[in-house]
Amino acid sequence: MAATAAAAASARPAPATSPLLEARGVEVEIGGNTILDGVAIEVRAGEVVGLVGPNGAGKSTLLRAATGLVPLRGGRIRVGGDALDGLSRGELARRVAVVQQLPEAPATLSVRQLALLGRHPHLRLLARESSRDLAIAEAALRQAGCHELADRELGTLSGGERRRAFIARALAQQAPLLLLDEPTANLDAGAQHEVLELVADLARNETGVLLVVHDLTLAIAYCDRLVLLDRGRVAAAGAPGDVITPDTVGRLYGDAVTVVPHPVTGAPLVLPSRLGG
Amino acid sequence: MSRERVGARAVEGALDPIAGSAVARAIEVLRGLGPASAALALLGAVALLALTQGAAAIPPQTVLRVLLDALPLVEVNANAPATWERIVVDIRLPRVIAAGVVGAALAYSGASYQGVFRNPLAGPFLLGVASGAALGAAIAIISPLRVDAYGFGWVPVFAFAGALLTVLLVYLLATGSGRLDNVTLILAGVALSAVFGAATAFILLTGGEEARPIFSFLFGGFNTASWQRIAWAAPYLAVGAAFVAVYARTMNVLQLDEEQAAQLGVDVTRTKLIVLAAASLMAATAVAIAGVIGFVGLLVPHAVRLVFGGDHRRLLPLCALFGASFLIAVDTFARTVLAPQELPVGVMTALIGGPFFLWLLRSRRVEVS
Repeated sequence: MAATAAAAASARPAPATSPLLEARGVEVEIGGNTILDGVAIEVRAGEVVGLVGPNGAGKSTLLRAATGLVPLRGGRIRVGGDALDGLSRGELARRVAVVQQLPEAPATLSVRQLALLGRHPHLRLLARESSRDLAIAEAALRQAGCHELADRELGTLSGGERRRAFIARALAQQAPLLLLDEPTANLDAGAQHEVLELVADLARNETGVLLVVHDLTLAIAYCDRLVLLDRGRVAAAGAPGDVITPDTVGRLYGDAVTVVPHPVTGAPLVLPSRLGG
Repeated sequence: MSRERVGARAVEGALDPIAGSAVARAIEVLRGLGPASAALALLGAVALLALTQGAAAIPPQTVLRVLLDALPLVEVNANAPATWERIVVDIRLPRVIAAGVVGAALAYSGASYQGVFRNPLAGPFLLGVASGAALGAAIAIISPLRVDAYGFGWVPVFAFAGALLTVLLVYLLATGSGRLDNVTLILAGVALSAVFGAATAFILLTGGEEARPIFSFLFGGFNTASWQRIAWAAPYLAVGAAFVAVYARTMNVLQLDEEQAAQLGVDVTRTKLIVLAAASLMAATAVAIAGVIGFVGLLVPHAVRLVFGGDHRRLLPLCALFGASFLIAVDTFARTVLAPQELPVGVMTALIGGPFFLWLLRSRRVEVS
């Protein structure tokens, strides 16, 4: 079923509006090490773009660069058509919502309170949340599938519930672009698909999504396009089937994994080599 | 941050089973009353009780009549000796109000520091801010600068400078490795506090007669409280409190990690600088009124957060109200328990706060491991 969803998604033509995120020749250096070296990426409304690559390839750094948290050594990033450094923090937060890999929050905060914090970029300094803000937060909770957890404290949640609570917070921001750093990490197989089905839903409603994924099979199943990063450079980009090939996987991930075609659809599957060498 | 959660559990656990149910019922009652009215009622009751206590035991109804009579345009037959009226209005009332104002300022600034540093141990005392302010005040007192009749002219200015420099120094020391390290923050604060305390003592011991007033800054207390000092301090405290209050909701967002806060539109550096400066202004003013009084800014916010939650829009005003009640109560105890001898209130808060701090450290150690 995941594969058919992906097939349906990849059959849809890309909309012709200006990109929500556009990075060109991005270079980032941290502590003398080059982390990103000439990376280009583009995310448009209604598409799910997957960022894949081995550990240390620079995936998370690219997400952080896209929200102005790391300075660029070179290149440029535009968000919603405007240069990143021309946007205030508040303006940027109305355009991009982010769920980091391991976001922190007080354990006694309730899921509803967390979602309401997503309204911050829309509120003036002294304003209280209006009934409209409350309604938006409730809608975000429902959309992320955690309205039944709304009164629970974060400290009492399972990993999957916690992830969805932070996604609800990001949805309450009502930003057209959503960046997710490994939204499926530490989740069981069922919860992984729940989160990614939610992502696919969002894209159907014209949100642009850029997500970092480690599981290549999930990336193929849920992303419209993939960008494969390797040591700070784009090793391949395009349709999932063109990016995840026996050649790229063998080169970047070694012999332990292998790519085989799905017996029915022909979509590439990434499997441990020892299963069927 | 499951640490705080476990911390909360530890508190509930510690109260169980001895006083657990009674405390739980009291907490329920407080919540039911509405936090603000409960805190106000408590403050009124504590202040009234404090006004009755002292060398002359004056009954509460007499105190109330004397207070009413003292109001402009109100004529009440106080039915009390004139000396009682003077004791209540000129001696006890300024002291109670000074204790309330200082308690409110310390708890409020403590909650502000804790909010900015995301560290429940942060506070004017443990960050070294109070000692820095006291050193600033000591330097003002022995400096050749002219001071006015109350010996106060440059004291608040120097105290604020001392507080601000200290908080910046502690902050820089704790972020040496790029990320704010919460343990280093407190260790640096405690170390600086010791150094500043020693420097203040040095000035006191070598400064001769002129330096005598410094003594009262080292051991905080309210025996020098007067209407003038309160009137002088009020605007500083109001300005500091207002600046923090403006950022109350932003501080809620800061309770997430700093990157998340930035991604939610918070200008993290600006918010931190403004809140730290405003909190330091309040802490320095408290020190200029009453000297170094430890642990109020740690104890009160912690208790308020446990009972009423961590929303700063509610936490900050409640800290002010409960902080006022707390310090009035402790000061009343300090001046009556060994009467006619008076204990410095800072000694009392240290006696209560020290063990509380150790318990907090311990419960947090358990959580980390």
